[in-house]
Amino acid sequence: MTTRRRWLPHPWLSLVLLGIWQLLVNQLSVGSLLLGLVLALLIPQLTRRFWPRPPTLYRPLVLARFALRVLGDIVVANVQVARLVLGPNARLRPAFVVYPLELRNEFAISVLANTISLTPGTVSADISDDHACLLIHGLDVPDAQELIDTIKQRYEKPLMEAFECSRP
Amino acid sequence: MPDLIEWLVAGLLLTGSLFALIGSFGLFKLPDFYMRLHGPTKATTLGVGALVLGSMLYFSSTGELGLHELLISIFLFMTAPTSASMLAKAAMQLQVRREGRTRGEPWKH
Repeated sequence: MTTRRRWLPHPWLSLVLLGIWQLLVNQLSVGSLLLGLVLALLIPQLTRRFWPRPPTLYRPLVLARFALRVLGDIVVANVQVARLVLGPNARLRPAFVVYPLELRNEFAISVLANTISLTPGTVSADISDDHACLLIHGLDVPDAQELIDTIKQRYEKPLMEAFECSRP
Repeated sequence: MPDLIEWLVAGLLLTGSLFALIGSFGLFKLPDFYMRLHGPTKATTLGVGALVLGSMLYFSSTGELGLHELLISIFLFMTAPTSASMLAKAAMQLQVRREGRTRGEPWKH
């Protein structure tokens, strides 16, 4: 366990790095695979200081399903925003909404913030100093509470399940 | 190259350009800074996504499997929200004018 921690502090990060390297090289060969493996082992070592509290991924499948859902939502979001942009300005109901966070892990919070920015008509603008709330700007918000509930159900819950399932 | 693929690639290129155009149009037309933020972060991501998909399909059909275009969209998905958030923070710091009917308050620093 300790040797594994020493040589492979972030197994998921290593896997992602290997995948990205293969995409960059854009062909599969023994040489590129070997170099990719070296990079996948080396980079997490060198960037160790940037991850003081590495997130633990408890349920990768939940995260994968979350990613697919977000991809689908991005497509829908684009069509919605395109329609809003092309419609009259007077019909838009912009609002700042304070979103109370339940997630505690920093990495999970930043995933949530990015998701909010990529999906329907919302941009996450800021996070409070105590990491308890996000400030969201919405392009067309009929009802702030409804927006908060949707984000909570659709995005924050699966992230909590994937990253923090040890918590109640 | 089979006809079907050609049509698909053309369709994807057109969809991509259309969304990129609408995103840029939003940048020009929306009334205040915070609302203009939405154009580039959304419409453009799908725009670039469709273009990238078209390119992948095209090069894969010519024989060489090309997946490295995927990286473009991955990096875009990681950087677009971050830059939007930085811009919003800067705007709040400068207390940029916002549309009068905006509900809720931006945070003061």
